Amino acid sequence: MQNKTLKTILTIALTAVIVVIAFILLMPVLGPRFMHPLMSGRMESMHGGSSAPSELDYATERSTDNGAFQVSYTSEDAIAINQIHTWTLHVETADGQPVENATITVDGGMPQHGHGLPTAPQVTEYLGNGDYLVEGMKFQMGGWWEVKFNISAGDVTDTITFNLTLDG
Amino acid sequence: MSERSKLLAGLGLLIVLVAGGLGYIFTRPAWTDAELVTLKTLWIGSLPPLEPDPSNQYGDDPAAVEFGKQLFFDTRFSSNGEVACGTCHLPEKGFQDGLPLAQGVGTTNRRAMPIAGTAYSPWMFWDGRKDSQWAQALGPLESPVEHGGSRTFYAHLMDEYYRAEYEAIFGELPDLSDRTRFPEAAGPVADESARAAWEAMSPADRETVNQIYANMGKAIAAYERQIMPTASRFDIYVQAALENDTQTMNATLSDEEVEGLRLFIGPANCTRCHNGPLFTDNSFHNTGVPAVESLPEDTGRAQGAQDVLADEFNCLSAYSDADPKECVELNFMVAEGEELERAFKAPSLRNVTTRAPFMHAGQFTTLQTVLNHYNTAPASPAGHNELEPLNLSETQMNAIIAFLYTLNSEITTP
Repeated sequence: MQNKTLKTILTIALTAVIVVIAFILLMPVLGPRFMHPLMSGRMESMHGGSSAPSELDYATERSTDNGAFQVSYTSEDAIAINQIHTWTLHVETADGQPVENATITVDGGMPQHGHGLPTAPQVTEYLGNGDYLVEGMKFQMGGWWEVKFNISAGDVTDTITFNLTLDG
Repeated sequence: MSERSKLLAGLGLLIVLVAGGLGYIFTRPAWTDAELVTLKTLWIGSLPPLEPDPSNQYGDDPAAVEFGKQLFFDTRFSSNGEVACGTCHLPEKGFQDGLPLAQGVGTTNRRAMPIAGTAYSPWMFWDGRKDSQWAQALGPLESPVEHGGSRTFYAHLMDEYYRAEYEAIFGELPDLSDRTRFPEAAGPVADESARAAWEAMSPADRETVNQIYANMGKAIAAYERQIMPTASRFDIYVQAALENDTQTMNATLSDEEVEGLRLFIGPANCTRCHNGPLFTDNSFHNTGVPAVESLPEDTGRAQGAQDVLADEFNCLSAYSDADPKECVELNFMVAEGEELERAFKAPSLRNVTTRAPFMHAGQFTTLQTVLNHYNTAPASPAGHNELEPLNLSETQMNAIIAFLYTLNSEITTP
């Protein structure tokens, strides 16, 4: 009787050990999925919180914050870090008419790192049909960037923030 | 099933799991897709072909490369006849001198920077006060503590020793024999008599000398443009990783080096500044590097930004061959702001382990000190330190240092 109890305890103990060891060994495969939330929180802060909020809108065509304009951007080439390049910004009214003679300023940066753009980009030319040339765009590291435009046309002023993530 | 066979089965399962787990660890986990993308951005194979420098039409002229190489090592181009560019930028030391502060005819306030790969950089010097290699080369020549000469002095040397080489590239060298019009020593330099002599020259004669001086810089830059790092062990590893060739990967980097690389592109945040195939964003950062007490206050990029805008040899100057529209870096540079305060250029990390002491005035003698500094992220002597403490262990920091050694490679020179 005592012998049988001992064996049962041993079996349970051994099974427990196997499960624990298996879990530890499988950790790299499982990833952080089964980690305690406190632990994964620490992992995140160790990475400098480099993962962007998951609900970000990365669309390149958007409505401005108060809905005054519909704006889209295109880049001359695929955007690569450390390469100075130009964008074309297309601005329309909410009902799809190209906006001419707008005054546009550019700002931006990395919200998680607390720094701005490494350059001071400017709208240098109106290309016609609601298109504006933005010169001096540059991003000096991979990750989540915000690019903000302040657009004034006539007596209407509105803002828009584009989100983008870059490799690097 | 008896208790004994249950036990045996359990033991068997344990052995299989341990063996499998160990096997998994020793075959090393593959990189995630995101990590592979980052590794590829750091790989030397991602370095784009070097575009011509629009401000230097002679930049890719083989005769200019050869001439620039002669000038680079010619010690006659100094006030004491002992200092050349190559005195502080020694080819056998990765084009730097291994000293905390560069020694020309005197002692400078900063450390000599390496040259390899700087043709890709929009800014030169620790503070970016020059925007091309040719404009950069002209700075030390007139510095009272580096070459110690003046631009008429150099123009006369050009006339005396290199007339044929000069004329083959740049066309006729003007007649400088009239020493009342072209004094032996004249230039906008610290030396008062040379400065006064420069002020006394006619604007047209000054322009003649400036043109010769700029051309000297353009020849030196043609030589420097081709000083480049080559593929290192890290690059061989990445190429293997991109081809999923685990055998070559395992044969190329040790476990510790791979762990260091994993930290470098991950939790240690190194790629925030040391990114791209040259391991630098060629931009300016305040990383809280301590000030050297014996040196004057150094505001870094804050002053450098003002200097490059005012530089008589910048991309927008009359001596530049660029169309003003091509000077995009200068046209859209950030000229002021707190982020520039005591910000210094991130140097390339290729061959970094051969370049002690580290930082802009050689403040740190070992890589251990550098890693400790980044790990604790102390407050900056001025402005704001961009870094946050990393809380890495000693083992982790050593792994990063081990990884940095994998970036060493030969430097190609023309």
